[in-house]
Amino acid sequence: MKKLFLIGIKDLRLIFRDRAALIFMLLAPFLLTIGMGFVTGRFSGNSSGLSDIPVVIVNLDKEQLGNALADVFSSEELVDLMEPTTSSDPEAARRFIDDDQAAAAVIIPEGFTRSIIPAEGIASPALAPGAHLPDLLSKSRPVPGSVDQNFVQSNPVKIEVYTNPSRPTSAGVVKAIVDEFVSRVEEGRTSGMTSIVQLMQTGLLNPQNAESEIRKLFENVQQTESTAITLKTDKEGAEAIQFDILAYMAPGMALLFLMYTVSYGGRSILSERSQGTLPRLLVSPTSTAQVLGGKVLGIFLTGVAQVGILILASSVFFGVKWGDTLGLAILILAAVFGATGWGMLITALARTPAQIGSIGSALMLIFGILGGSFINLEQMPAYVRTLGKITPNAWGLDGFTTLALGGTLPNLTEPITALLIMGTILFGVAVVLFNRNGIMNK
Amino acid sequence: MSSILEVQNLVKQYGDFTAVKGISFDIKEGEIFSLLGPNGAGKTTTISMLSTLYTPTSGDATISGHSITKNPMAVKQVIGVVPQELALYEDLTARENLIFWGQMYGLSGKSLTSRVDEVLEQIGLTDKAKNRVKTYSGGMKRRVNIGVGLLHKPRLLFMDEPTVGIDPQSRRAILDTVKDLNKQGMTVLYTTHYMEEAQELSDRVGIIDHGELIALGTQRELTQQVGETETLILHVGENDDSEALAKALAGVKDVLEASANDHEVSVIAQEAEDVLAAVVTMANERGVKIRSIDIREPNLEAVFLHQTGRALRD
Repeated sequence: MKKLFLIGIKDLRLIFRDRAALIFMLLAPFLLTIGMGFVTGRFSGNSSGLSDIPVVIVNLDKEQLGNALADVFSSEELVDLMEPTTSSDPEAARRFIDDDQAAAAVIIPEGFTRSIIPAEGIASPALAPGAHLPDLLSKSRPVPGSVDQNFVQSNPVKIEVYTNPSRPTSAGVVKAIVDEFVSRVEEGRTSGMTSIVQLMQTGLLNPQNAESEIRKLFENVQQTESTAITLKTDKEGAEAIQFDILAYMAPGMALLFLMYTVSYGGRSILSERSQGTLPRLLVSPTSTAQVLGGKVLGIFLTGVAQVGILILASSVFFGVKWGDTLGLAILILAAVFGATGWGMLITALARTPAQIGSIGSALMLIFGILGGSFINLEQMPAYVRTLGKITPNAWGLDGFTTLALGGTLPNLTEPITALLIMGTILFGVAVVLFNRNGIMNK
Repeated sequence: MSSILEVQNLVKQYGDFTAVKGISFDIKEGEIFSLLGPNGAGKTTTISMLSTLYTPTSGDATISGHSITKNPMAVKQVIGVVPQELALYEDLTARENLIFWGQMYGLSGKSLTSRVDEVLEQIGLTDKAKNRVKTYSGGMKRRVNIGVGLLHKPRLLFMDEPTVGIDPQSRRAILDTVKDLNKQGMTVLYTTHYMEEAQELSDRVGIIDHGELIALGTQRELTQQVGETETLILHVGENDDSEALAKALAGVKDVLEASANDHEVSVIAQEAEDVLAAVVTMANERGVKIRSIDIREPNLEAVFLHQTGRALRD
């Protein structure tokens, strides 16, 4: 294990002494991020970045929860980010979006509050024997240009987020705000219902009094939510969501050039063979597994260092807020692991370092396009989005965007799992090919 | 003296091509043993099998009692290898290279540091230890390449043509280093296609050609195979029939043997001067144009010539 680590550190040291590699690994993505920042108006302060997101609120509910959600969009915390307008006509709001006049429409249907808080004299379905608390949220992802099914309540009332496919990131922010609101309501309802059911089961609460208790509970929840939903991105909760376009562009570029790094690392395996250092390693008391493991570790460490430095630089120089630190760290490790798998596969398939360079460069660009490093995947056709799932770029960007929108580690389960599976499968295939092609044989 | 290396019928095949054809020899503890042969003779393949880099097709060898096929990891602990090509990280300094390779041989801490200092002193690069290897001359790189092989004080050092492509001064330094190492008790297996190096360094020599060990012994034992004879080498014109001349010269008085190879005719006699006049006359009579004549005293080259009918440089 020690030798494996020493070989990895040696490779890390070598790559950081290669000026050409450093230019590609660090300078190029950094400069491209700056360029993207200028293109999107991030540095000029105009509205082409993510601020003043136009959103249409159609509140047909006009009761506690509907009003609370509408108030969130005009709250002080979101004053810079959101530019809400109100409408009473859902069809007009949808046309407004279709005409690209706003990023999304939030349509709160009539009876939304009543479907959650039972009216006086109406038995709550949650109190029926064997009943389950209905989910307010499903876990599916939004489909741009259509009714977002994320917010469909079981029956019959649903909040609709009608998104504009040409403004995917802005629409994503609106969706995240509604998502957060619904989560808060769900949290309060679930805990309250659970307590009441337990009280009834233990005989401490008379069923006749349950309805009034529930109403009191949700009145409290609503009052609390109206002031407590801040959709915060930091632990203190002082700031509202401020989605920074660079929080998308910077990881996009980092992931793009991560593919360069992993192919460079793969190239070093074949280079060591032609330079004679690989045979020399193999005649030392070091096993083939240690040598290969060390080389892989070197690629992995280099990738982690590259993405870490780029993220740190974007924080220091551009003030990008990356969100949950633990989630960020684990996401970086997973993304680099997935990308390293691709680097190993390229190495296993290539015969010469030059071939790796060519394949690696091509793959870097293809993955950049398919994975959304250049253009947000939400603007791509469905088949491109599906194809993009084979890239670490797509999953990585998914995770970074989730973090930037206030997500934490539990919200990253899907991209992290996908990246780990991707890396594991690719490593397995690469090892088989290594053995078959005799790459580690002298 | 006991044997540190025993080779038994070692064979290496690549498809239809047999690079090493069942060679056997042994090396005594404390000696310098040279494998002498032209390029492509199988020297590097042999050393690669002995250093466990290549797996033999058949046969085996033991180093300090450990089989190269059954216990390669134990063999690796005993041997040091100086490969023919430079095998260094050029973006690391000499010291960093030595530290890394020392760690690969299990050295660490103070023992690693002191051993690196010793080796740097030994190869004469203490002052330039902090420079990156890529800034070194070819000779300096060769010295670092050797230094790496010495770090863990191997009992048996394999040196595969360590003087190829370097200046005479560096070559001299390397040969002196080999002798010093041997004086300190290190056993050395040295491959070369330079007869002079084998003659200068070796206690015993194995001559290898086309994957076969064609002669083995001390220099005295080998030269005795061709007798106390001298060899006359005639360099003839491109259009001359060297074969016919060799046949004719074989019948000249005092000529022991005559053979032709391309544009050279080799004539072996007890005393070259005794046959020189007759050889020249015969060549003139046959219209063969002699471009130059070399007289060679008994040496390993003559042994090679005797065994193969070709000069070593061919």
